[in-house]
Amino acid sequence: MGQIMEQMPIVVDALNIGFLQTLKLFFVTLIGAFPLGLVIAFGSMSRFGPLKYFSKFVVWIIRGTPLMIQLLIIYYFPGLVLHTPIWGGGESGRFLAAAFSFVLNYACYFSEIYRGGIQGVPIGQEEAGLVLGMTRRQIFFKITLLQMIKRIVPPMSNEIITLVKDTSLARIIALQEIIWAGQAFMKGSHGISGAIWPLFFTAVYYLIFNGILTLLLGRLERRLDYFR
Amino acid sequence: MSILEAEHICKSFNRTKVLKDISFSLEKGQALSIIGSSGSGKTTLLRCLNFLETPDKGIIRVNDEILFDAEDPSTRLEASIRKKRLHFGLVFQSFNLFPQYTALRNVMLARELLASEQPDYKARKKEILEEIRVQAETLLDQMGLANRKDNYPHQLSGGQCQRVAIARALALQPDILCFDEPTSALDPELTGEVLRVIKELADENTTMVIVTHEMAFARDVADHVIFMDDGSIVEQGEPMQVFEHPKEERTRQFLQRFTQG
Repeated sequence: MGQIMEQMPIVVDALNIGFLQTLKLFFVTLIGAFPLGLVIAFGSMSRFGPLKYFSKFVVWIIRGTPLMIQLLIIYYFPGLVLHTPIWGGGESGRFLAAAFSFVLNYACYFSEIYRGGIQGVPIGQEEAGLVLGMTRRQIFFKITLLQMIKRIVPPMSNEIITLVKDTSLARIIALQEIIWAGQAFMKGSHGISGAIWPLFFTAVYYLIFNGILTLLLGRLERRLDYFR
Repeated sequence: MSILEAEHICKSFNRTKVLKDISFSLEKGQALSIIGSSGSGKTTLLRCLNFLETPDKGIIRVNDEILFDAEDPSTRLEASIRKKRLHFGLVFQSFNLFPQYTALRNVMLARELLASEQPDYKARKKEILEEIRVQAETLLDQMGLANRKDNYPHQLSGGQCQRVAIARALALQPDILCFDEPTSALDPELTGEVLRVIKELADENTTMVIVTHEMAFARDVADHVIFMDDGSIVEQGEPMQVFEHPKEERTRQFLQRFTQG
């Protein structure tokens, strides 16, 4: 126990650095997947056949295969098979590949949630706007958008909390996120080796961060509770 | 002079003919009731008048102005349809109030958006918005909802919601107010309050087209009645004549079914 207390400051410093990378991947994924998901959602609702089926095909592939395999293929395929390493070397290359994989993967999940949200707003809302002389733009921004947001907040919250934990999958391509940082103390790092507790300790980071997110998302959900 | 004239309206969905050569006219200040069994095309006809459906054939005229002519593609332009819709108001069976706005905001919203397109909007913004608010409050008051104006739709009963929806339609001062089975989604004990305000509007000579299953009400409120069956107008005339002395066998059968419940 005394030894752990001695090692604690060193471990926490290393885990903090790893968690920063975790957070970076988390936020970059959200920033990329929110709009891309909307594009895919509109694609899969398109009346233009080829676009619709292409979007649905992409969603099927991405949702039908493990994110870990997608990470491996996206990171290694260009360099090892095509001999054109598009991601660049080192940590920044790994981050780029990881961010690309996560944005694509999460955009597909988000697109299905958006689609449910858009299609869940009764057609009568749009018709009421039309007969009141509103433009389609006014109808979207003044009437349907907020109802759509209200519908998608609970399933989105779920996905966002899953994303926090999914970022750990980037460990498979050696992205130096928090799991990687914790694991390093088993092999030896900062003069500490053979210690497994730092790896277990990473769970506390996830727990606390998800705790904060749960509170924030819950607050957003309650703020939209004033109408049904 | 007729305020509304519909001539030879035809509409099919896929291969089903829903409206077969419908022609009728309506005088200013009169109330027209359209009765008929479900699937007879009543609702589709109202939706055509409000440009929610596009007729395959026919002409719609309001105040002698051709709003729609199936032969003339220039009358089908999306941009012009928006303004033409304002000749009509529509009260839906399922209210379709905007859930995120209070009763008052529901009534004000469309006028606010229209006002914001006026050239002098920026200069007179405060004045215009005040005017719109006063009008909306007056309308809600008229609907007996003065103390409900700050409630959201989910806090109101079905009958109250429908009265807000009527106020919302009236706010734009349409030439012709259409009702699509306004009481069909209501509990029986709530239909009375909605029918009462529609009757009041009729007594004030509001020009109205009312699609309804409430036979007693249709007879009581209307100046003119149309009976539709299978996409066609079978019989029309004054309420006394259609209800008491129907000429057509189909009308008689329909009325019999309804009066026997």
